[in-house]
Amino acid sequence: MVWRGFTHPWDPWGELNEVEEEMSHLFAGAYGGAGHDYPPLNIWTNAEGAIAIAEVPGIPPDQLEVSVINDTLILRGSRVPEELPAGSHYHRRERGFGRFTRSVRLPFRVAQDKVEARVRDGMVRVRIPRDVTDRPQRIAVHEA
Amino acid sequence: MAENAKAAGTKDVRGTAAGQRGGGETVFTPRTDIFETDDAIVVIADMPGVNKASLEITLEENILTVTGRVEPERLEGSTQTHREFQVGNYHRTFTLSDAVSREGIDARVKDGELRLTLPKFGPTRARKIPVQGD
Repeated sequence: MVWRGFTHPWDPWGELNEVEEEMSHLFAGAYGGAGHDYPPLNIWTNAEGAIAIAEVPGIPPDQLEVSVINDTLILRGSRVPEELPAGSHYHRRERGFGRFTRSVRLPFRVAQDKVEARVRDGMVRVRIPRDVTDRPQRIAVHEA
Repeated sequence: MAENAKAAGTKDVRGTAAGQRGGGETVFTPRTDIFETDDAIVVIADMPGVNKASLEITLEENILTVTGRVEPERLEGSTQTHREFQVGNYHRTFTLSDAVSREGIDARVKDGELRLTLPKFGPTRARKIPVQGD
């Protein structure tokens, strides 16, 4: 990994988890009980930045807000419960509803104006480029 | 309406891993709400990553089967550094009661959410049988 030190491997994602615990709010419904933040998030990284993918089924794109403040990615939104016609009743309820806020701090400086988010089929995909000045640079080695 | 989700495996944020296929692929049971109105039974299932093309619904006798395919994503040149959900296919079966009509079942998928409307048979009206005299 590019931002790992030579002698003392640093796990930036360990730090990330702490931030999440402080800032994330659980979905009002049951999403596997305590310990699961909503929406669940996968993150892929390379030297150019990160791609965060979250599952947001049943949330229309206009109910989802994606923002970046400094180096923190924030997903906000809500899923409104179905209004049942009079006389209806539930046989089974497993899905959660309510408002959510999910924050993740990236372990690099973010090029904020280049962040892109797309929602498709209940999945949101956020491309978070690393600021050019923060990217590792290859140093040319010359023969003496 | 009964529901036959297979025995639970490991619990996942998205659903329950219902089992492993031959290739080691994980199959998830989508989280589902079922409610009944005066004239229908409505099933809503969370299936993020699934769309019309990757969804298959079959009805065989009284077993309704829902299968959604999701291709695991591999981002070339990137490493997965954080993982909270697994990507895999969805599968769930439902047993329809006799109150549900086999005709006119409506299925819609939008934003990774499947909505099935299963119409009920109309209320059976008591029929008066005329008695003939001699």
